[in-house]
Amino acid sequence: MLGARLAFILRRTLQAIPILLAIVVINFLLLKLAPGDAVDVLAGEAGSATPEYMAELRAKFGLDQPLPVQLFNYMAKVAVGDFGWSFRHEMPVAELVLQRLGPTLILMGATIVTAVGVGSLLGLLAATGLNTWRDTLISVLALVSYATPLFWVGLMLILVFSVNLGWFPTSGMETIAAFHTGWDRVWDILHHLVLPATTLSLFYLALYARLMRASMLEQSGMDYVTTARAKGLSDRRIVYRHVLRNALLPVVTMAGVQVSSLIGGSVIVETVFGWPGLGQLAFESLFARDLNLLLGIFLLSAVLVLVVNLAVDILYTVLDPRIELR
Amino acid sequence: MSGPLLDIRGLHVALPPGSDRAFAVEDVSFTVGEGEIVCVVGESGSGKSLTARAVMGLLPEPKVRASAGRIDFEGRDLLTLPPSERRALRGERLSMIFQEPMTALNPLMTVGRQIEEVLIVHAAKLTAAQRREKILALLDEVRLPDPPRMAASFPHQLSGGQRQRAMIAMALILDPKLLVADEPTTALDVTTQAQILRLIAELQARHGAGVMFITHDFGVVAEIAHRIVVMQHGRVVEAGTADSVLNRPAAPYTRALIAAIPSLTPAPRRPATSARTALRVTGLGKTYRMGGGLFSAARAVHAAKAVSFELKRGETMGIVGESGSGKTTVARCLVRLLKPDAGSIDLDGVDLAPLSRGALRPYRKRVQMVFQDPFASLNPRRTIGDILAEGPIVHGLAPAKARARARDLLGLVGLDPKVAERYPHEFSGGQRQRVGIARALALEPEVLVADEPVSALDVSVQAQVLRLIADIRERLGLSIVFITHDLRVAAQVCDRVAVMHRGEVVEQGVTAEVFAAPRHAYTRELFASVPGRDWIAPALDAPDGAAAQ
Amino acid sequence: MTDLSEAPHGQGAPTTRGRAADFWRRYVRNRSAVAGLVILLTVIAMAALAPLLYPADPFSLAGRPMSPPMTGQFLLGSDTLGRDIAAGMAHGARTSLLIGVVATLVAVGLGVLMGGLAGYYGGWIDDVLMRLTEVFQTIPSFIFAILLVAVLTPSIVNIIIAIAVVSWPALARLVRGEFLSMRNREFVQANVVMGMADWRIILVQILPNCLSPIIVAASLLVATAILIESGLSFLGLGDPNVMSWGFQVGAGRTVLRRAWWIVTFPGLAIMLTVLAINLVGEGLNDALNPRLRERAS
Repeated sequence: MLGARLAFILRRTLQAIPILLAIVVINFLLLKLAPGDAVDVLAGEAGSATPEYMAELRAKFGLDQPLPVQLFNYMAKVAVGDFGWSFRHEMPVAELVLQRLGPTLILMGATIVTAVGVGSLLGLLAATGLNTWRDTLISVLALVSYATPLFWVGLMLILVFSVNLGWFPTSGMETIAAFHTGWDRVWDILHHLVLPATTLSLFYLALYARLMRASMLEQSGMDYVTTARAKGLSDRRIVYRHVLRNALLPVVTMAGVQVSSLIGGSVIVETVFGWPGLGQLAFESLFARDLNLLLGIFLLSAVLVLVVNLAVDILYTVLDPRIELR
Repeated sequence: MSGPLLDIRGLHVALPPGSDRAFAVEDVSFTVGEGEIVCVVGESGSGKSLTARAVMGLLPEPKVRASAGRIDFEGRDLLTLPPSERRALRGERLSMIFQEPMTALNPLMTVGRQIEEVLIVHAAKLTAAQRREKILALLDEVRLPDPPRMAASFPHQLSGGQRQRAMIAMALILDPKLLVADEPTTALDVTTQAQILRLIAELQARHGAGVMFITHDFGVVAEIAHRIVVMQHGRVVEAGTADSVLNRPAAPYTRALIAAIPSLTPAPRRPATSARTALRVTGLGKTYRMGGGLFSAARAVHAAKAVSFELKRGETMGIVGESGSGKTTVARCLVRLLKPDAGSIDLDGVDLAPLSRGALRPYRKRVQMVFQDPFASLNPRRTIGDILAEGPIVHGLAPAKARARARDLLGLVGLDPKVAERYPHEFSGGQRQRVGIARALALEPEVLVADEPVSALDVSVQAQVLRLIADIRERLGLSIVFITHDLRVAAQVCDRVAVMHRGEVVEQGVTAEVFAAPRHAYTRELFASVPGRDWIAPALDAPDGAAAQ
Repeated sequence: MTDLSEAPHGQGAPTTRGRAADFWRRYVRNRSAVAGLVILLTVIAMAALAPLLYPADPFSLAGRPMSPPMTGQFLLGSDTLGRDIAAGMAHGARTSLLIGVVATLVAVGLGVLMGGLAGYYGGWIDDVLMRLTEVFQTIPSFIFAILLVAVLTPSIVNIIIAIAVVSWPALARLVRGEFLSMRNREFVQANVVMGMADWRIILVQILPNCLSPIIVAASLLVATAILIESGLSFLGLGDPNVMSWGFQVGAGRTVLRRAWWIVTFPGLAIMLTVLAINLVGEGLNDALNPRLRERAS
């Protein structure tokens, strides 16, 4: 069984490679689509450069070669972890991006746990209290948060909880000047995390609550529920032992699918809350017109999605015995 | 205790307001005694399943509810019991098995665990070890191989018959007094059905439970019933002992139903008048490759292997077999919905098998198909007239002429030509199947391939559609390839039959000869499994349409 | 010899008008869907009347900066540069609806074409499409949209292109699934057996049966497109020549403490519009009733 699961993981990893390649190609095409190339940027930085010097630079960077060759060179560089040079930050993109990965992972992890956990719980509550005030309230809340733009939720939360009530800090990941260590530091980060994680969760929480509710209702109509009733099980037992687990499967699938959109959302949330992660870096590089950096973030976030999807796939094989590991 | 185990009196089941009728079950009364198998028979919409659910307390309340009458079980009226007491009875004193064991079992829970739940809820005193012992013993009793492995399996890992056995084990684990079986063999193949019926009868005899057996199939009834209740439109039309209802039916509806059952004895028929061949199939093969990727080799499934037969002009050739035997694959190859991997399909000197889509077009109209599911075979967004006219239009007929012909065709299949303006959802299953036949005839084919054309229909409608097909064959001189799993239908319709098993034709010949003396072991097993084969329906004169009222 | 045992289920032939009336009856039964429709019609009216109500350029300075709502000539206050918020919102409605609708149309066109071909033909077309949508599901779509707009330079057309590019794969998957299930329906097989041309089967036989889910998905796609657009213009990637709600919120962000109204009202407008579209989408879903549709076909 363990061997089969290991083979499954290996196979899924291999299957991700062509997707990764495709994304690298898209990356390269975007780079080429942009007006001006690295040499133009360098020349712009330097103030002025002679055409001869620029041609020399192009030859040095291989930019004078045919596109397929350039693509190959680009892929070779990416393969060894070389994402180019950030002209704005004056350091390798890879290094810069990895520095900012941690905060984004914290935000993402908190969001996924909150959204899936609270979302399915609310969906469960709504479905078990079908057509009561509980159901109506949850459904209305879900509808509203499903329709609200992330940046606006963030700003409104800041307005209410930071500006007016003063409960949470408005921005950043920790109080830099306090030099907290150990648990104090963890506590400080958590304190900073509440608002951004809530903001990013709300939308997905609404999505999962609606999905869970619908899924519970659908599963309640299945034949095996009738069987369970015919066995004399109590409604409680039927809901918690039979319906719940079946109803969770589509939520887990959706959670996997939504990871990529969640990373997109983190650009906005990190920008609003000054959370020092990849998203904020993307926003900064956008205005610095630091295309290399932007593409590096893009590629890394795609890799992140692939990794999370793999984790969801593995979780799914545990949840659903019908998935064959072969 | 005196009196019957189950005594239903004046039961009404009310439908929600706005339904096409007020009651699904109206004034139904019958009893089930201890150790007795009572079959409740009826066609779809007769209210038989809702009666069963009312007994179990499984109606989808409050929309559908038992509104009047009583259901006395062991002397207590179930309808007035508080829900908690009814629940306590379910699974312990009363239990139920269902039609579709795949969906009736929770896909995420092992079979053993699902059976164990009954014990956990109803027999709290048992220890885990005692529970396990009991489960394994029962799994053995329902003749599942290797009980420990079965108990640890998930439903999708078992075959259909095994799942139904597990369901039966789950229902019988606490020795209930009453077992309600709702079409428990309908979803199974005929050989599996025979085994399950035998098992139910045997366990019933050993445990002495009363059984309320819901079915639409008189063959199954003849096989196991002690007493019979016939229902129609929510009412009981006749009840009595198995012998009296089967052999001396009194109610006109019962008489019509029994008369509509095709006999297993092939009808005498004229020898083939024409020696000319309409279609010659030689060495037909079709292989599917499943899965297969970087690490695993593809599994090859031979859906059809070296299938050969010859269809004479004006003859009906039956292809019979169970699900997975490859009969549908052969049908699809004949109309070239599938491209065969091997062999030839010779239509008057033209081999259809290797033709490309384009090259095939002129020959398409000569071989047409009638489909199984009358609800899926008509486009819900097109009128009947459009559906019948589109074939001829595709082949170059002027639209006005095609429409006129569509009206003629409706007359030919026994429908009012005026219905051409209507949409399919306004018609019943039998009427839709008539439209499906008319569509196939619209192109004036020489060969008709009918894939289970009556298996989705009630028996009375089935008889009418079969008569229509026979009638049309005579009038238009068609040659028909008739695919069916139902040996009774094959006996009545086919001049010759080919029996398929695991993709191969194991036996073929003149219907009467094959039925009288099957040579292949599988054919013999198949024939032995036909439910009610020993019962010879009485000769009844049922006028056309008597089944109606 | 008519089939007496089963009576026809319905009476009379449903005409197109009868169907529309039926549809409307089912739609108005859902009260929140009606509320959504009312809000949406209000937004559309606001967009249509914007040039009449606020003929001046919404970017023009109309008075004292940072005036609170209901002061002076400003219904909803003014922003840091003295621009009228209400005027900006009226003009922003045009932008949001235009981008939402056009981007959705492009995405639906692409999605139906690709999904339809993949679902009907299967084989390598299907393989290629599925790999492609896998790639698109992996790429964080919002970041991809940011990149596209940044590379192509911000303008209405490029924003529409970016949104359509990130939206069509989901629709293609949906259409593919519908076509795949329809492909195996017996009525489609009957059409194949009668020798009907593929384009005719796809357009005349299958597509009308898939319209309901496509319409519902498209309505939800409009809502998503509006959200993406607002996110882009919030980050400063909107068309600099066109007023939009996201831009207004972004512009007021820095003065959140002193002038809450600059951020609040345009944000509310986005929320209400998206909510209304979602409600209408749900209403359409109920009225087109996929469950009934499945049973009837």
